[in-house]
Amino acid sequence: MALLQIAEPGITTAPHQHRLAVGIDLGTTNSLVATVRSGLAVVLDDEAGHSLLPSVVRYCASGDVEVGYAAQAAQNSDPHNAIASVKRFMGRGIADIDDVASLPYHFVDAPGMVQLKTAAGVKSPVEVSAEILKVLRQRAEASMGGELVGAVITVPAYFDDAQRQATKDAAQLAGLNVLRLLNEPTAAAIAYGLDNASEGIYAVYDLGGGTFDISILKLSKGVFEVLSTNGDSALGGDDFDQRIFCWMLEQGRFAPLSAGDMRMLLTKARDAKEALTEHTEVRVTAVLSTGEMMDATLTQAAFNAMTTGLVNKTLAPTRKALRDAGLSVDEVKGVVMVGGSTRMPCIRHAVAGLFKQTPLTNLDPDKVVALGAAMQADVLAGNRAGDDWLLLDVIPLSLGLETMGGLTEKVIPRNTTIPTARAQEFTTFKDGQTAMSVHVLQGERELASDCRSLARFELRGIPPMVAGAARIRVTFQVDADGLLSVSAREQSSGVEASVQVKPSYGLADDDITRMLKDAFTYAKGDMFARALNEQIVDAQGLIAATRAAMAEDAALLDAAETVAIEASIAALENLLAGTDHKAIKRGIEALNAATTEFAQRRMDQNVRRAMAGQKLEIFG
Amino acid sequence: MDFSQTHFELFGLPQSYALDRDKLDTAYRELQNTVHPDRFAAQPEAEQRVAMQWATQVNEAYQTLKHAVNRGVYLLKLQGIDAFDASNTKMAPAFLMQQMEWREAVEDARAAKNAAALDALSDDLRAAHRRIEAQLAELIDAAHDFAAASEAVRQLRFMDKLIAEVGDVYEELES
Repeated sequence: MALLQIAEPGITTAPHQHRLAVGIDLGTTNSLVATVRSGLAVVLDDEAGHSLLPSVVRYCASGDVEVGYAAQAAQNSDPHNAIASVKRFMGRGIADIDDVASLPYHFVDAPGMVQLKTAAGVKSPVEVSAEILKVLRQRAEASMGGELVGAVITVPAYFDDAQRQATKDAAQLAGLNVLRLLNEPTAAAIAYGLDNASEGIYAVYDLGGGTFDISILKLSKGVFEVLSTNGDSALGGDDFDQRIFCWMLEQGRFAPLSAGDMRMLLTKARDAKEALTEHTEVRVTAVLSTGEMMDATLTQAAFNAMTTGLVNKTLAPTRKALRDAGLSVDEVKGVVMVGGSTRMPCIRHAVAGLFKQTPLTNLDPDKVVALGAAMQADVLAGNRAGDDWLLLDVIPLSLGLETMGGLTEKVIPRNTTIPTARAQEFTTFKDGQTAMSVHVLQGERELASDCRSLARFELRGIPPMVAGAARIRVTFQVDADGLLSVSAREQSSGVEASVQVKPSYGLADDDITRMLKDAFTYAKGDMFARALNEQIVDAQGLIAATRAAMAEDAALLDAAETVAIEASIAALENLLAGTDHKAIKRGIEALNAATTEFAQRRMDQNVRRAMAGQKLEIFG
Repeated sequence: MDFSQTHFELFGLPQSYALDRDKLDTAYRELQNTVHPDRFAAQPEAEQRVAMQWATQVNEAYQTLKHAVNRGVYLLKLQGIDAFDASNTKMAPAFLMQQMEWREAVEDARAAKNAAALDALSDDLRAAHRRIEAQLAELIDAAHDFAAASEAVRQLRFMDKLIAEVGDVYEELES
């Protein structure tokens, strides 16, 4: 008889196999992919040695898609089809984008999220982002020599549920298994904190190309606890470019611009901004396609004056985050600068002034987020013992429901640590009311119409009662990715309704599957082989983990329970001999269901052990 | 998960309003280190689900005990008392008068755009908040006067709202 293999406690899958996992910083301006190699986080370069991938996607009439430098280079000549800064449109309606008029794209108003008309058809920002992620995935797989187990994708901390869901959809569309959506400032804090073995209160000031985040964290004994976060998901380096662009228009007194000239001037504006980081003034010249010209000098002082308003727009959320954390600036031990826009002297100066200390800039502000994400991906993929550090993050915006009179009732306040669940009871408004409409909102404002609408669903079949007698319990659950699901239940009858909150642009799973089919060049047979392979790998992993758990904690199961789990394992093993990936999937679900009670007992035991050690520490 | 366990038992703390914050924080970190979903991301789905339930429960318990009002409400609930019952709205006239004065002061500081006045007011409110917390510890832990404790909890919530309003005025002045 073959001997059973027993893994070390806590390591239930093949211990020697390094699982390939990456961290991806999907940025407004640039994107990066990083991984942990021999214990060190490194950014993966493309063949030409570039770390950064410009977040620009160009759709050609031929159907070809260019991503990165080639697409960026084509921006002036093909402004409608070379899409830059698409992150600003993720999970956003056309009304949310305030500079539509000065952007060269053909926007299509669609429910929930804008779309863009290109030479290759109408594209959603989710699809455009997926093109960027695909290139990074291919870069990683080529460089690491294998298929990825998963990826940690970073999002601005201030992204709402719709923006997060859109990002996760894009990753799925790019064929990535999302291990976790991680907040950008938190990712930076990992890279920074672990590098410096820091303890105490830290602020992470993250000004990217199109988003601003401020997070206040407490670092203590390997725990990164986010105390509060704030920001502006529509404020970044692009806005500073825009100010210079407006100044150029004033200087040049141009006739209405063509899209190509507009793009060219925006590029010149960015160059000027970057030059002002090193120099006190810069000469700005441009010749339009019409022959019109401008030639003027922009001083740092003039630039600072025209952007004071923007800088102040970052300081107000920073103060608010400190207030929410119940802290004063004197209690902040260090301020970490993240994002390319923090290179601007006016930003460094303003942040230093507010916190009364020189901000920390010793890690590359463009790379620090990707490096932190890679470190977290390494942990989540199970490549480390897992007790190195722990992240406790929060939701950035309150979650609630619309009540009578169009008011917002907050169910989970902002800065609540995730995962979290909160239930609240509501009642009917009219006698005999048998249905209730549940409108899920995110935001801080009193009026429902001023908050972001995340989802609407209906609870039907409430037994007729007098007004105010029914007890409808609405439960919000936010998972570790910061994504929300909501369920409602009438207490006396047990009538239930629930939704996984999907933004109203509604990329249902079916849509994703269809897009996957459209997007991948796989023939049908390859799709099938891929699905089968994935299910087999999952099933084998699950069986190995279950066996290891049974060997480790045999005492937690009685004879009948052991037999039942063994039977589920045997059934799944039988299915593995066949080629029906759907049947294997059902077998995996059955084994998961059969081991739920066992998993609970194991966790109870872990907790007892942890707290026993704890008491010794506290009372010893 | 043992649902009959109180939040205090979960963290191995005595059931009292007076709180050893360091012990709570240490126990919280230790528990999350054990149950957090990040510890189980590479494990089977059943274990991931259990981890999410546990981490949610531990967060809820921590938020309840950490927060001055929530801890009071929770302790009273363990005594079978709803501090915010609609029939239970008694509030000392002197406290209400003081509230009105503070509200006027907030309004005056807002109208005058006077950040220094806000700073001073903010300090006063926090000091008053701490005084009520000390009272509450006395009422619940020593005197076992739960009716008076309910009133103190309601006062604390008033204070929280007022402090939040001051925050809103700061925001207004900064923008």
